[in-house]
Amino acid sequence: MKKFMNDVNQTENEMILGLVKAYPNDLQKLDCGNVVVRRIKKENKVALISGGGSGHEPAHAGYVGTGMLDAAVAGAVFTSPTPDQIYEGIKAIANDAGVLMVIKNYTGDVMNFEMAAEMAEADGILVKQIIVNDDVAVKDSLYTVGRRGVAGTVFVHKIAGAAAERGDDLGQVQETANKVIANVRTMGAAIRPCTVPAAGKPGFELAEDEMEVGIGIHGEPGTHREKIKTANEIVDLLLDKILSDIDYEGSEVAVMVNGSGATPLMELFIINNRVSDVLKEKGISVYKTYVGEYMTSIEMEGFSVSLLKLDAQLKSLLDEKADTPAWKA
Amino acid sequence: MNKEKIILVIDQMAVAMEKQKEFLTELDNVIGDGDHGINMARGFSETIKKRDSLAKMDAGDMIKNLGMILVSTVGGASGPLYGTAFMKAGMFLKGKEEVTFPDFLEAFACAIEGVMARGKAAEGEKTMLDAMLPAKRAMEQEWMLSGDGKKSMEAGLTAARKGIEYTKTIIATKGRAAYLGERSIGHQDPGATSFVFLLEAIASQM
Repeated sequence: MKKFMNDVNQTENEMILGLVKAYPNDLQKLDCGNVVVRRIKKENKVALISGGGSGHEPAHAGYVGTGMLDAAVAGAVFTSPTPDQIYEGIKAIANDAGVLMVIKNYTGDVMNFEMAAEMAEADGILVKQIIVNDDVAVKDSLYTVGRRGVAGTVFVHKIAGAAAERGDDLGQVQETANKVIANVRTMGAAIRPCTVPAAGKPGFELAEDEMEVGIGIHGEPGTHREKIKTANEIVDLLLDKILSDIDYEGSEVAVMVNGSGATPLMELFIINNRVSDVLKEKGISVYKTYVGEYMTSIEMEGFSVSLLKLDAQLKSLLDEKADTPAWKA
Repeated sequence: MNKEKIILVIDQMAVAMEKQKEFLTELDNVIGDGDHGINMARGFSETIKKRDSLAKMDAGDMIKNLGMILVSTVGGASGPLYGTAFMKAGMFLKGKEEVTFPDFLEAFACAIEGVMARGKAAEGEKTMLDAMLPAKRAMEQEWMLSGDGKKSMEAGLTAARKGIEYTKTIIATKGRAAYLGERSIGHQDPGATSFVFLLEAIASQM
């Protein structure tokens, strides 16, 4: 393993410290752990908290700021944060309007956030949650844990954050967040794995000419493995799955082409070139496009495509101003 | 089992988790997210740091606090699950200075209930429960027959190890391995495996 690191056990802590030092006027870290909050606390408006394992930077701490999150809790790499840390985050941002937890659908994340919510509720804090499950690569079934939460989560941060910032109440913000979840779908692929620092070696192996289709943001296996194809063919494969999952016909969408950490922008633009053409062909109009690193997987070489189906409400919230380290517009 | 023995069990658990760190992580790499061994080792190394304060508590508080340390240091899914298990067992054992085998069986039943509630899971879903529940049944049965704690523990271990083998044959429907569907068949569950190591640690001090 070769990485720019000091002590494996300090990875998350040093990363969060470095982030906060880059935005000293906007962000602060709580003393109790790797919890990032806004320097100026929002009052009388719904506060949003999210988080998860580290290794997905800029998610989630990079989205703390005006118009998006109020707090982000960073667990160990690819490991859910613990209830006590999440609880500290909730306490730091809570006001009378209540707190919405944005959770990616993983067993550990859901359990840890729920335990934290139980602790906060015991203090009289009003807490609600929404669970993001945008990954079409995995089967959605009543009998399983359901789909994974991946890059589409960033759209939830943006839109629910805008709704909270303009003063919607907790029920409304939750409803809006659920509307985003109902309308966003994502799928990814990767050609090279990532290495969790504490593990010291790659989480999986791929032959030089192989790719994993439908891969998760922790390098979890997807739908299948096959020989690598051209960028256009891979995009078509992913879009096929996404477009057949909900009806996008005649709709306006926001597109996110998300790099997994080691995919150059050059390739992400090549990918977007095809995404854009295919959508045009299918009569789907692109309202906005985001190309870059929004939800990474350390240094995995891969990407995902997310499509968010928009209506007037979602468009106006997407257009609202946000000012965070990783999302400014 | 007295308090001194329980502390030795905790030591033994920490040793086992450190020793099996890579093995558990390997298992998790195949069907999960590759952090189980790392997380468990981190959590139990924290319990060793707090060994002196744990040693001052009664058996119930000691085990409950062990659970709280795990909840706040392990993370992932195993943190809340094992944490809840030890917290529930500790709450049952509240005020006790010594734990008899029937106490242990009842505390273990409380722990399993806690895991099922927290994880919203049942037997046959390729989780730690597939080792825990057979172990519970085997220990209860042997205890009824022989009234011999050591033999009951052996029976529990044998059943739990069979449980690991059983997890190889079934599809995961809970936890991150569930995303693999049929591809999870053939691989043993890391949580069921770590449970066997913890049970071995308990057995080692009987």
